[in-house]
Amino acid sequence: MNPLTGYLLVAALLFSIGLAGALTRRNAILVLIGIELMLNAANLNLIAFWRYGPHPEALTGMMFAIFSIAVAAAEAAVGLGLVINIHRHAHTTNLDQMNRMKG
Amino acid sequence: MSLVFYILAALTVAGALAAVLLKNTVHCALALTAAFAGLALLFLSLDAQFAGFAQILVYIGAVAILVVFAILLTRDSETPKDTVYGPRPLIGLVAAAGIFAVLGWAVLRSAAALPHENASPAAAPNVTVMDIGNALMGRYVLPLEIVALLLTAALIGAVIVAMHEKEGAR
Repeated sequence: MNPLTGYLLVAALLFSIGLAGALTRRNAILVLIGIELMLNAANLNLIAFWRYGPHPEALTGMMFAIFSIAVAAAEAAVGLGLVINIHRHAHTTNLDQMNRMKG
Repeated sequence: MSLVFYILAALTVAGALAAVLLKNTVHCALALTAAFAGLALLFLSLDAQFAGFAQILVYIGAVAILVVFAILLTRDSETPKDTVYGPRPLIGLVAAAGIFAVLGWAVLRSAAALPHENASPAAAPNVTVMDIGNALMGRYVLPLEIVALLLTAALIGAVIVAMHEKEGAR
């Protein structure tokens, strides 16, 4: 098997696992974990294409992955802050019970 | 495909599966850390040292800790005894399996068009951290500044969102 194919398949599997987690779990934090897994799968794709692409010295895929890591960190911080705030107001992290926008 | 790749891929996928499937949320966070570590090792096996260590620092060092903090801060006395899944989890599973089937089919079908087909593993790209720094300060300086702004905004936003809003106790 082509090495790139292996990495792409692992990334696809990780993405699907993260998507399944984000769609099926009812705890808001677990949904965020699923989203993080999907972002990481995309990063793995970027790095794999950078490594096996024709011009690795151009660093395009690497830069994409680095910026993606930074954006994912910001997303995790704000998302978890929101979850903590919602828990303070509604005393739940169950997504099925978060059915109103009024504090 | 080398043995190292198979071991790392199995570790990563097992960690991800455990992170999604386990019942106890703290165990989920620990499994997530294992998945992040596997991904960092996969990055290292792809000769992306900088991205691998950035992954370790950012994800294992910061995001995993943040997730554990959030889980412990929001843990109720009542843990859901009945089910940890939302309504109609089967639809989500089917959607995820379908997407994996489509992605896998596309990857396997296009394998012939991928670069370096039939070639022995290409020589490691000769990229040092210095090159990455030069690129960040040269060609990618505008995205770097935007990311700096974004991180500052996210920091302030997260603090404000999570701040206690009791009267006089700010």
